[in-house]
Amino acid sequence: MSTKRPHPIHRQIKQLLKDPLLFIVILVILISLILFIIYPLTKVIITSFLPDGKFSFSVFKEVFSSWYLRRAFFNSIMMGTLTALLGAGVGFIFAFTLARTDIPFKKFLHIIAIIPIISPPFIGALSIIMLFGNNGVISDHLLHLQNIKIYGFRGLLFAQIVTFFPVAYITLRGVLDSISPTLEDAALDLGGTRLKVFRRVTLPLAFPGIASAMLVLFVETLADFGNPLILAGSQFPILSVQAYLQITGMYDLPKGSALALILLVPSISIFFLQKYWVSRKKYVTITGKPTSSTLKSVSSTAKWILFAVCLFFALTIILIYAAILWGAFVKVWGSNNSLTLDHFKYVFSVGFGAVKDTLVIAGISTPIAGILGMVIAFLVVRKEFPLKHFMEVSSMLSFAVPGTVIGIGYILAFNSHPLLLTGTLLILLLNFIFRYVPVGIQSGVAILRQVDPSIEEAAIDMGADSRSTFRKVTLPLMVPAFFSGLIYSFVRAMTAISAVIFLVSSNWNLMTVQIMSQVESGRLGAAAAFSVILVLIILAAIVIIRSILTLRYGRFGGTTLKF
Amino acid sequence: MSLKLVNISKIFKDPDHANKEVKAVENVNLEINEGEMVSFLGPSGCGKTTTLRIVSGFETPTTGEIWLGDQMINDLPPNKRDTAMVFQSYAIFPHLSVGQNIAFGLELKGVKPDIVKKEVKAIMATMNLTDLYNRSPDQLSGGQQQRVALARSIINKPSVLLFDEPLSNLDAKLRDLMRFEIRRIQQSFGITSIYVTHDQAEAMTVSDRIVVMNEGHIMQVGTPFEIYSQPANRFVADFIGRVNFLDGTVEGKKPNSAYKIRIGDNFKLINSSTSAFSTGDKVLTVIRPESLTVSVGEKDSTAIFHGVVEKAVYLGPTVEYDIKIEGRDNISAVTHNPVVEGVFKPGDWVNIDFNPAAAHLLGKQDN
Repeated sequence: MSTKRPHPIHRQIKQLLKDPLLFIVILVILISLILFIIYPLTKVIITSFLPDGKFSFSVFKEVFSSWYLRRAFFNSIMMGTLTALLGAGVGFIFAFTLARTDIPFKKFLHIIAIIPIISPPFIGALSIIMLFGNNGVISDHLLHLQNIKIYGFRGLLFAQIVTFFPVAYITLRGVLDSISPTLEDAALDLGGTRLKVFRRVTLPLAFPGIASAMLVLFVETLADFGNPLILAGSQFPILSVQAYLQITGMYDLPKGSALALILLVPSISIFFLQKYWVSRKKYVTITGKPTSSTLKSVSSTAKWILFAVCLFFALTIILIYAAILWGAFVKVWGSNNSLTLDHFKYVFSVGFGAVKDTLVIAGISTPIAGILGMVIAFLVVRKEFPLKHFMEVSSMLSFAVPGTVIGIGYILAFNSHPLLLTGTLLILLLNFIFRYVPVGIQSGVAILRQVDPSIEEAAIDMGADSRSTFRKVTLPLMVPAFFSGLIYSFVRAMTAISAVIFLVSSNWNLMTVQIMSQVESGRLGAAAAFSVILVLIILAAIVIIRSILTLRYGRFGGTTLKF
Repeated sequence: MSLKLVNISKIFKDPDHANKEVKAVENVNLEINEGEMVSFLGPSGCGKTTTLRIVSGFETPTTGEIWLGDQMINDLPPNKRDTAMVFQSYAIFPHLSVGQNIAFGLELKGVKPDIVKKEVKAIMATMNLTDLYNRSPDQLSGGQQQRVALARSIINKPSVLLFDEPLSNLDAKLRDLMRFEIRRIQQSFGITSIYVTHDQAEAMTVSDRIVVMNEGHIMQVGTPFEIYSQPANRFVADFIGRVNFLDGTVEGKKPNSAYKIRIGDNFKLINSSTSAFSTGDKVLTVIRPESLTVSVGEKDSTAIFHGVVEKAVYLGPTVEYDIKIEGRDNISAVTHNPVVEGVFKPGDWVNIDFNPAAAHLLGKQDN
C-alpha cells in the first residue's frame, strides 16, 4: 500500500497547484530571496576565491600576509568580545535593577536605555568626538587635557558599549521579567543569603539569556561600521572599515570581498549558534498562580548602588544626546558658542536632497518589507511546501550578514546587465526591503504561533479561499506585529549606513551617508544638525504609526509594541 | 443530505521517526442519514477528530471516498465543501464583533448587506444571542461564545454540521445545558451532524446513533440504548459506563436464541440476539453494576455469587460497592434505594444476583 502513495514532496506540489495564487506567491518569494540575498553573497565568495576566474587562495594569502589586515581581524574580534562582555554586563545591571528593585525613575531609565536603539548607531561616536576629541568640551575645556587619544581602542569601545548595551538590556529585561520573583523568594525562604540567591538562582536562570545577548552583541559589534569609521582611526584598523576602504579607496574588489568573507564567517556562525542553540536553552518557569513580586531579593544598600550605576549610564547617554543637540545650534563647536541656525540652513540648502531621498526610500521600502515579512511568516508557520526551510533560513540570513558584506555583494551582483542596478533607486530599495524583512518575519511568526490555527480553518470552512482568509482573518490578526515590525524597519532604514554607503550615488543619497561625510570633512555642526533632524523624523514616524494603530485598532494598541 | 464514508484510512508519518507510520484511521465505513446526528465517541487518539477533519476537508484521506449525497467530495477543498465545523476552541474571529463573526460566511457568498443583517439577527434570536450584535468576542461568556460559533456555522445552511468536542471548554453545569441546546437547534434545523466527543454522557444525550472508535477502527455503531445494553465487544462495554464481565460456559441452547449459561455453580438463561453460540463455548456475560441486586446474609444457593463487601461508597441516591468473590475478579454493584435497602459495610457478607434480561453475552472472540 505504501508504494502507491505519492512522495510527500509530490503531494505538497499537487496541493500547491490546487491553489495557483499561493503557488505563485511562494515561487516569487523564493526567486526574490535567491536573487537578492543568496546571489549577492555568492558573488562575494566567488570574487574572493576566483579573482582571475580560477579558484585560488591567493587573495586570502595576500590578506593574511598583511600585518595591518591581520591586526584588523584581531581588533574586530577583540572589540566584539569586549563589547559583548561589557555591554551585556551593563545591560544586565540595567535589566536587573529595573526588573527587581523599586528604585525611582524606572520609566525614565527605561526610556533612556532604549533611545540609542532608535538613533543612528554612529551618534555615539560623533558625540564622543565632540566631548572628548581634540576640541572636545570635556577634554579640552573642562579638564584641559591634550591628546586624550579618543581615536582608537578606548574611544571605540566606549562608543560600542553605549550603542549596543540597549540591545542587551531589552533581551535581558524580557528574560528577567519572565523569571518569577517567587523563585527568589522561595530561595530566601529556604535560608539562602541574598548573594547566594542571586548566584545560585537568578543568575543560572538568566544565563541562557545572558549568553544569547552576548552573542548578539558580538555579531552586531563585529558588523558595525559607523562607529569604527569615525573613531577607529588608522592606528586601530577594523575589518568592516578596511573592507570598505579596499573597495572605495583602492578599487580592489577581490580583496574587499575576501575581507567581507572573513567578517561573514564568524558573524554567521555565531548567529546560528545563538538562534538554534542558545535561544532554545530557555528555562520555562512553572507557575501555579500569577505571581506578585515582593522585591525582597535585593538589599537596600545593593539597590542604591545599582541605582547609582544606572543613573551614571543614563546621564552619560543624556550627555551624548545633549552634545549633539547643542552642537547643532552653536556656531563652531568648542570655540564659538554663540547660537545659530546656520547648520540647519546648510542642511536644508545643501543636504535637502538627502533628506528627501532618505524619506522616499524608507517610506517605500518599509511597508513593502513589512508586508513581505507578514506573508513569509504566514507561509512558514501555516503552510507546507517544498523549500520551506530554505525560505525561512535565507530570509532570516540578512539578520546575520554584516551590512558591509551585503553592500559589497550588491555592487558585485548588480553592476552588469541584465541586472544593472548600481546607482539607481531600485538597488537601495531592494537592499532595504531584504535587509529588514526578517524583523517583520520574527514578529509575525511570534504572533501567528499564538493564533489558534482553527480560527483560519473556520474561515476556510465557511467558504473563504486562501486569499480572502489571509486578507480578512490572518492579516487583521497580525496588524500589531505588522506595525511594530514597521516601526522597527523604518528606524533601521533611516539609520542604516554599512550597506548603503556602497550603494548611494549622486542621484540617490542618504542622510546617514551625509552625516558621515560631514564628520569626515570636520563639519561637526552640520553633522549634528543632520542627526537632530534624523532623530526627529524617526520620533515623528513612531508617533504617527502608533496613533494610526491606536485610532484604527484601539484594542490592539500597545500590547505588542516595543517602542 | 446523507453522508457516506467508504473505506476511509489515514496514515500519518511519525514526526519523530521518518520511516514509521501511524495509522490514525483505518477502513472506516459509515453511512449517516439525512437529518441524523451521529457522535464519534472514543478515547483520545482513537481517530475520531481525524475522521471529522477528513469530512471537513482539512485532512486528505490516504485512501477511501467521502460521499455527500450522490457527489464524491474527496477533491473538494474545505472552502468548497458544504460542511460547517464548530471548533473545539470556537475559533471566533477576535477582530470582528459578534454580528460580523456570524455574518462572515454570508458576506463571503456575496449576499446583500441588508439581507445578511436580517438573517444574522434572525439566527441570533433563535440562539438567545439578541442584543449582542456589536459585542466584541472577548466580552462573551463561554456559553455565549459557543452559541456564536454555532450560529456562525448554521447561518450558511450547511448540508453537514461538524462538532469537534464543542463543549470541552465549558464548566460542567453549562455543558449539561448546552448539550440540550445543541440537540434542540440541530433538530429544529434538521441538519445532518457529526459530533465528536470523549464524554459518553454527552454522546448519549445528543445522538441518534453513536460510533464508538478505538485505535482508528470503528468498534460499534448503534443507538445509545444498543451501545449500552448490547455492546459489541469488551472495549465498548468497558468504555461506556462501568461493567462486570462474568466468565461462563454455554451449557445448551433454548428456543428464541436463549442460552443456558453456567456462571460459577449456577445457571442463567440469557438471550442473545446479536451472536450465536454452541454448547461448550466460553462466553463473557456482561452485566452493569446497577443491574445487580445485593442483599446481606448467609449464602443463598439461588443467588449467583456470595461475597464480602470490600468497599462501600455512599453517594446519597446510590451506594457503590466493591465486592470480593472467592476465585473471581471483584464485582462492582450499585444500589439505588439505600434508605430502604440499607447500606452495607465493608466486611458484610452479601448475596449477588441479576435479572437475565439485563445481561448480554459476548463470545471470547469479541474480546
